[in-house]
Amino acid sequence: MTNLDLSKPTSDAAPAGTPLLDVDDLRVEFRTRTGTVHAVNGVSYSLAAGETLAILGESGSGKSVSAQAIMGILETPPAVISGGGIWFEGRNVLEMSAEDQRKVRGPGISMIFQDALSSLNPVYSVGFQIGEMFRAHRGMSRKEARKRAVELMDRVRIPAAARRVDDYPHQFSGGMRQRVMIAMAIALDPRILIADEPTTALDVTVQAQVMDLLKDLQRETGMGLILITHDLGVVNEVADNVAVMYAGEIVERGTVDDVFTRPAHPYTEGLMGSVPQVEAKGGRLQPIAGQPPNLARIPSGCPFHPRCARRRLGAEAAPGRECSTDVPPLRLVVPGREAACHYSEEVLGVRAP
Amino acid sequence: MTDQQQVDLRKDEVEAGTTTGLASPSVDVTNERQNSLWSDAWGELKRNPLFWIGAVFGLLFLLMAIVPQLFARGADPRACSLSNSNQKPSAEHWFGFDQQGCDYLANVVYGARNSLIIGLLAVAVVLVLGVVVGAVSGFYGGWVDSLLSRLTDIFYAIPFILGAIVVLRSGILGRGVVAVAIALAAFGWMTAMRLVRSQVIAVKSSDYVAAARAMGASNGRILLRHILPNAVAPVLVYTTITIGVLIAAEATLTFLGVGLQRPAISWGLQIENGQSLLRTAPHLVLFPSIVLTVTVMAFVMMGDALRDALDPRQRA
Amino acid sequence: MGRYIARRLLLTIPVLIGASFLIFALVYALPGDPIRALGGDRPLAPAVVAELRDEFNLDDPLPVQYVKYLGDLVQGDFGTDFRGREVIDTIEQRLPVTIRLTIVAIAIETVIGIIAGLLAGIRRNGFLDNLVLVSSTIVVAIPILVLAFVAQYVLGVKAGWFPIAGITEGWYSYLLPGLVLASGSLAYVARLTRTSVAENLRADYVRTARAKGLPNRTVITRHTLRNSLIPVVTFIGADIGTLMGGAIVTETVFNLPGIGRAVFDSVQAQEGAVVVGIVTLMVFFFIFFNLVVDVLYAVLDPRIRYD
Repeated sequence: MTNLDLSKPTSDAAPAGTPLLDVDDLRVEFRTRTGTVHAVNGVSYSLAAGETLAILGESGSGKSVSAQAIMGILETPPAVISGGGIWFEGRNVLEMSAEDQRKVRGPGISMIFQDALSSLNPVYSVGFQIGEMFRAHRGMSRKEARKRAVELMDRVRIPAAARRVDDYPHQFSGGMRQRVMIAMAIALDPRILIADEPTTALDVTVQAQVMDLLKDLQRETGMGLILITHDLGVVNEVADNVAVMYAGEIVERGTVDDVFTRPAHPYTEGLMGSVPQVEAKGGRLQPIAGQPPNLARIPSGCPFHPRCARRRLGAEAAPGRECSTDVPPLRLVVPGREAACHYSEEVLGVRAP
Repeated sequence: MTDQQQVDLRKDEVEAGTTTGLASPSVDVTNERQNSLWSDAWGELKRNPLFWIGAVFGLLFLLMAIVPQLFARGADPRACSLSNSNQKPSAEHWFGFDQQGCDYLANVVYGARNSLIIGLLAVAVVLVLGVVVGAVSGFYGGWVDSLLSRLTDIFYAIPFILGAIVVLRSGILGRGVVAVAIALAAFGWMTAMRLVRSQVIAVKSSDYVAAARAMGASNGRILLRHILPNAVAPVLVYTTITIGVLIAAEATLTFLGVGLQRPAISWGLQIENGQSLLRTAPHLVLFPSIVLTVTVMAFVMMGDALRDALDPRQRA
Repeated sequence: MGRYIARRLLLTIPVLIGASFLIFALVYALPGDPIRALGGDRPLAPAVVAELRDEFNLDDPLPVQYVKYLGDLVQGDFGTDFRGREVIDTIEQRLPVTIRLTIVAIAIETVIGIIAGLLAGIRRNGFLDNLVLVSSTIVVAIPILVLAFVAQYVLGVKAGWFPIAGITEGWYSYLLPGLVLASGSLAYVARLTRTSVAENLRADYVRTARAKGLPNRTVITRHTLRNSLIPVVTFIGADIGTLMGGAIVTETVFNLPGIGRAVFDSVQAQEGAVVVGIVTLMVFFFIFFNLVVDVLYAVLDPRIRYD
């Protein structure tokens, strides 16, 4: 993987087969007075057009930070991208000038956030904020941009768009506000949309509507969708592939069907055991023991080992696979499935290679 | 709280120059967890050089007010000889002499006492008025609040110094130390009232007060045990800064000729006397001005440091 | 919005009346007989005294005196001083000086305060930030009395850059007193802007603005400064009223013939009508600008549109 940047073409036109987005060994640290927080520790994934990739993890697992690194909106300092690369349509975003990076945001990669109320500026009308996309990137006039904003609001199914375009964010309901965010994000037909917990703050019925809207929009435009969430239900419904993050690393990756039916990492297994399943009515929910790790002091070896029910320490462990000392690499366990656990085969119930 | 209330509170805080408190109307300082607010604040304070500079000068000022003999280098402020009139500072007499030929260092040092007494007395009156009126107004709301708030507005609308001038000139109170302190407090309590009122309203609508009420706590108990302790932090910040402001205001009133009068020793009188000699003997204005400024600054610095230490939003 | 303003306007009436009555009561509780004082060493004939007392309603009980005064005031009659000069003439002559001084002071605190606060807030803990913090602490702590003398002595007497006193050099004479008058507010505006900008820079909607690919300048001006200025603008608005009533010391030290100086002289001379008239005017300005601020708040922050 180290010679990746040599193999990447630098032109704008990416040849067929090149993924829309390629994240390679991304590392992000927060350098604070009290120490260095390792938020993202070598994350790699890629996204194709039309694909929906879910990034699943608890808060503090690094899923949002990695997304913000891709967008180039991390606060630096205290954040530092200490390694890796982010290739968007074949160009390394991290090596672009600030101005070129800015031009990617919006028409190239776009993002929606969890809390639409705080993410929209309270002092401007929603039409103005949607229209800003056209004014900043397409140089449209205010009037023209407003017209396009109405069209977009229609497109995300906000009722009476023409009447509501001059309303302010606080005048909308939570679901409608999130639609405004979505309208803003898809204004310039981005190639990639990153949705950071888009439905967490919403009522369950509204959640489904917003997710349906995102799926419909994706079908229409063929954009790639990165869905950051801790909601297994949402992942199950809409995602093609899933990457499970823990302590700033991807610990398991595969198709949603595979990962959800037969996890290969004890953490994923734990996640599955901690949510109610329709089939397993009456059974006990099993929360994962212990606390998420402190990212300033990530445990040695496998970062999950202090909480792991399957850990093997000392003499129990196979040589080179001691959970508290040997770091498990993310490796192909069975075709189409990667996991970062020394004992994935055991978790999966297959024979070790 | 309604939006309008929140805006009002926010505005009051802005005018009071402090943003402490509102940040956490949902956290109760009376419970265990929040006791750490004060120990955290102390930890923060200890590391703030501004606080230490302020504290050292504040202490120096306090000593000067209590035992001025220690600082006067043996000179008596009232032992004067006209032959020394307006003499420049020298190694023997650090601050020189004033127009009457009195040792200026001794005079400036002895001036601290009146400043301190007036500052403390006035701030005490400000606090009593502010806390009582503010707590009653915020807690009972309704017409009581309307009435007291309008009353506060009336005092607020009259310029601070001007109000004090009129009171002092009316002669109702006389012209002594107590009179000056009361005149200042009479037109200076409104911000404290609004601050306490804001806090009380913010805290009153919080969950833990609702919980206390649900458990049958009486109004008085809720006010004393839950609401007022939460108002302590912003009021403490405000009080510290206000002592400095009041000391400066006393000097101003006295300078304008409506405050303390001879033979009282006061920085305001010294600056007033020196004013006409600014060109020939600038040291007469300079020294009391410096000491006055450093004193006021000491309180402002301590107040600033306290605010930084007590404001949870500063500690991200 | 119209109803809101009307309601606020109604609320201000008792405050205006209350404040002017308070001053009225204090002023006319002054000891000594102002009429007798007028005569100086030469005692006035009892008939003359009686006539004067009648003219100034001095024999009525205080509330009655006040109501009569108020009745005149509503008709624009501020009354006359004991020398027969119309108070309104004094105001007309003195007010422009105070207004000019206030304009200069507000301009200084707005321009310098906001620019310094913005730069400090953007680069927190940078050199400029620390400079703003330290200098604002110092400036806030220097009593205006001391600052006035320091400015007068250093910039006026020693350096000779500014006129020392008076208003003979037009707007230029107002620059130094304006700076002195503005100093405290200037420091506060800088601090308020700094805190507000730093706070807003961390806001989610600023992150959104960056995610939208807006140019940095737009992110700062449109999405940070615009929001940050809400508390700053309201403070400055209310400060206009405060400064107009707070210029006594500045006007005294720099010998500016404004209303602050006039009211102070009148207190000393026991000219009750002038004191009450000017203080009522100051209270009016104070209340007026606070009302403007309330309306401004609603204009600046759509969340607070009153209905």
